[in-house]
Amino acid sequence: MITLGDYLLVSGILFSIGFAGVMLRRNLIIILMSLELMLNAANLSLVAFSRFRVDPNGLPNYNAQVFVFFVITVAAAEIAVGLAILVALFRARQTTDVKDISSLKF
Amino acid sequence: MSPFLFWIFALMTLIFGAGVVINRNPVASALSLVVSFLGLAALFMSLDAFFVGIIQVLVYAGAVMVLFLFIIMLLNLQTEERRRINGLAAAGGIGVALILLVQICFVIGHFQAARQTFPPLARSTTDDVWNIGALLFSNYNLPFQIIGVLVLVATIGVVLLSKRQPR
Repeated sequence: MITLGDYLLVSGILFSIGFAGVMLRRNLIIILMSLELMLNAANLSLVAFSRFRVDPNGLPNYNAQVFVFFVITVAAAEIAVGLAILVALFRARQTTDVKDISSLKF
Repeated sequence: MSPFLFWIFALMTLIFGAGVVINRNPVASALSLVVSFLGLAALFMSLDAFFVGIIQVLVYAGAVMVLFLFIIMLLNLQTEERRRINGLAAAGGIGVALILLVQICFVIGHFQAARQTFPPLARSTTDDVWNIGALLFSNYNLPFQIIGVLVLVATIGVVLLSKRQPR
């Protein structure tokens, strides 16, 4: 049988993949995609806990699913703003590589 | 859901998620991300969260991915040329991610509830759109309206950011 731990393990591995993507890749678009992977890994563990905590009426705990709804909305807004900043950056510098954007680096 | 289907969809999510990081071509990365999100939506549905699974497909595999592909084609990004990899930085990145993964596995291993299976629901079909909607408009009414303002601010911000500056 599938336990809660299996879902948490899949969620943890997915989060680590997204984290490795943010640390390793230098293309800003790929970094934004890896951020989406991390947000979705958190959503998976929230939904797993929601299904695990069944209330006396025999329904899953819907508070977690409302939270997932909010996370998805915020992620969509964040990605729209992030891509707009990327387009503005590309217009100014003709690059999407984080190595070429080091003006603020000490 | 049978364990066989769970592992199929979990592997699909993880392998294509790794493909996002490994592929050098941004279009290939974006398409792997779509497949990864579809596998994740199937996992949500296996947890009886049908509404979340559907909005995962609609918002991520639909809207967000079209936005990503549109930007990749607008900027005409090609496959990155193979730069000399900074070995120390790459090893550091992989090392930190591995340490995080080991810690997560350690915590799950020591978490008693993680070894239990999911308790059965009262009915096999749940009215989850109705239930989430009722919560959203009663207990979570104020956060829902704040989210609406946030989306409005994001829209205005995107229009302002991508407007061409007069020279």
